[in-house]
Amino acid sequence: MNDTSSNLAPAATRAHRLRARVKSMPVFALLIVAVVVLISIGADLITQTVIPKPEAIDLRFRYTPPWPMDGSSATHLLGTDQLGRDLLSRMIKGAQTSLLVALTCIFIAASAGTLLGLISGYWGGWVDTAIMRLVDAMLAFPAILVALVLVVTVGASFGMIVFTIAFLMWAPFARVVRGEVLSVKERNFVALSRIAGASAPRVLFFEILPNIINTVVVMATLQVGSAIVVESSLSFLGAGIPPPEPTWGNLVAEGRNVMDSAWWVSTFPGIAILLVVLSFNLLGDWLRDTLDPNLRTL
Amino acid sequence: MTKLLISRGFQAIFTLWLVSMVVFGSVHLSGDPAMAMTPQGASAEDIAVMKKKWGLDQPLPVQYGRWLAGVLQGDLGTGIRHNLPVWELIQPRLVNSIKLGAVSMLFAIAVAVPLATVAALNRGTIWDRSAMAFGLAGQALPTFWVGLLLVMFISVRLRLLPVAGSGTWQHYVLPAFTMSLYMSAGIMRLLRSALLEVLDSEFVKLARAKGVSEFWVIWKHAMRNALIPVVTFSGFMLGTAIASAISIETVFVYPGIGLLTFEALHDRDFPLIQAIVMISSSIMILLNFLVDVAYGLLDPRIRNQ
Repeated sequence: MNDTSSNLAPAATRAHRLRARVKSMPVFALLIVAVVVLISIGADLITQTVIPKPEAIDLRFRYTPPWPMDGSSATHLLGTDQLGRDLLSRMIKGAQTSLLVALTCIFIAASAGTLLGLISGYWGGWVDTAIMRLVDAMLAFPAILVALVLVVTVGASFGMIVFTIAFLMWAPFARVVRGEVLSVKERNFVALSRIAGASAPRVLFFEILPNIINTVVVMATLQVGSAIVVESSLSFLGAGIPPPEPTWGNLVAEGRNVMDSAWWVSTFPGIAILLVVLSFNLLGDWLRDTLDPNLRTL
Repeated sequence: MTKLLISRGFQAIFTLWLVSMVVFGSVHLSGDPAMAMTPQGASAEDIAVMKKKWGLDQPLPVQYGRWLAGVLQGDLGTGIRHNLPVWELIQPRLVNSIKLGAVSMLFAIAVAVPLATVAALNRGTIWDRSAMAFGLAGQALPTFWVGLLLVMFISVRLRLLPVAGSGTWQHYVLPAFTMSLYMSAGIMRLLRSALLEVLDSEFVKLARAKGVSEFWVIWKHAMRNALIPVVTFSGFMLGTAIASAISIETVFVYPGIGLLTFEALHDRDFPLIQAIVMISSSIMILLNFLVDVAYGLLDPRIRNQ
């Protein structure tokens, strides 16, 4: 974990350190994340104008192979599915759904986990014990199995899936934040703020939170990849956002039975998942080395 | 040590109780199971008979109490689709899944331990960087998709291994390999960084200074300490293994508990679903408990906390 920070000479100036960090930035990963985010934001615009619409069915062009294979067409760069719908267009629409689900649930999980971690670490006592026992419990059972059951019994909708994945992911945030609060709250500025008469919420959100927010951001980035994988697994098992709404997971599932004849239907969405998850993980690793206060060379 | 055992034991029971509440709640609060169980267009009397038969006309706490009492006595209920005690459905599938899990774990350890050792000893070299690349890719690969690609290339195109099912050793190769990818990537990354840290510590320097051979420095002094985070991680890994088992067993049509889960969810067979979740959770909670105890045995500082 100390790989990069230990390479820096202790006498390095702030500017030098900054330059070293920027230099080691995973450009490729950043580029992929940026492109996917932009594509997701502009998904509706792109799929309504530049390329065929994701829901446009054309049975004459069923299973058109990707360009430039035999029998392909330049209109359908990545080929089409069993209803002649454009795969690229569906993947772009799917990127929007998958990313929106992943980012929303990470936001909810990080906020809930951070809040519980703050409360747990600051007040201690039985509140702390109760929250931490709950965290231990969350990490000790196959949460994804319970999530699958929840989605199937309650019914798959955007809100339900976001809630379920967030429910799977809040616990590590609470545990890490609590640990950070325990050390930060012993420091002088917290005591001074309390002596000055600041209320507990004020101390928590204005004194302690700014000192631990880096850790939360790093963890959140590292967890985005998992959220995307969980969402696509649920979709693949038929417990995700229901078709015809495309997500990367249900696109892989759609191509499952035609892998031999129309390999592209499953292959391209799978590659998209792999690249995006990998990029978020690389970005998270880099952010951790750069932002996490424990690793800073002060 | 006794104190550790008792507190962890209570925690395990609390977790299991929590799971039972969530599972029972999700099945019973999300609408009427009787409606989901009866075919569409069933008459009101049919539904009433169904409710009476499954005790669904009782208040929820009573239903929960009955179900829990049954579970505690080893009666997990009767499946709706096959009309058999659910344990008879689960037991053979569970044995299959444990076999598959064990083979995957062996694969993962056989890949991860040598790779992590080579990477840590040759830090910064091409070996280290390849190992890190493997670790990153292994954790980013969607397992269900890897499974599909393997079936297509190795089984369908090259005809080297069976496409699906179980029975011979050949049926284990692809699903176990797919399942081991994530595990070996995780073990490799953790073990590598733990080894790097341990190899830099005072007691390893002392062992080297004493003239202990490099082989023993690594295997006896460094590895034993570096394994602690790996052992802790293995508890979490089991959760992901159970999760990925559902999609992997579905892809390879391997008759394990994951495929049974998929079928039960598809049929909305609620007694079976409840039983599967309770059994998988018990196994995972038990293993986590054992991990905690093993942790205490490996590290005296934790034992005496």
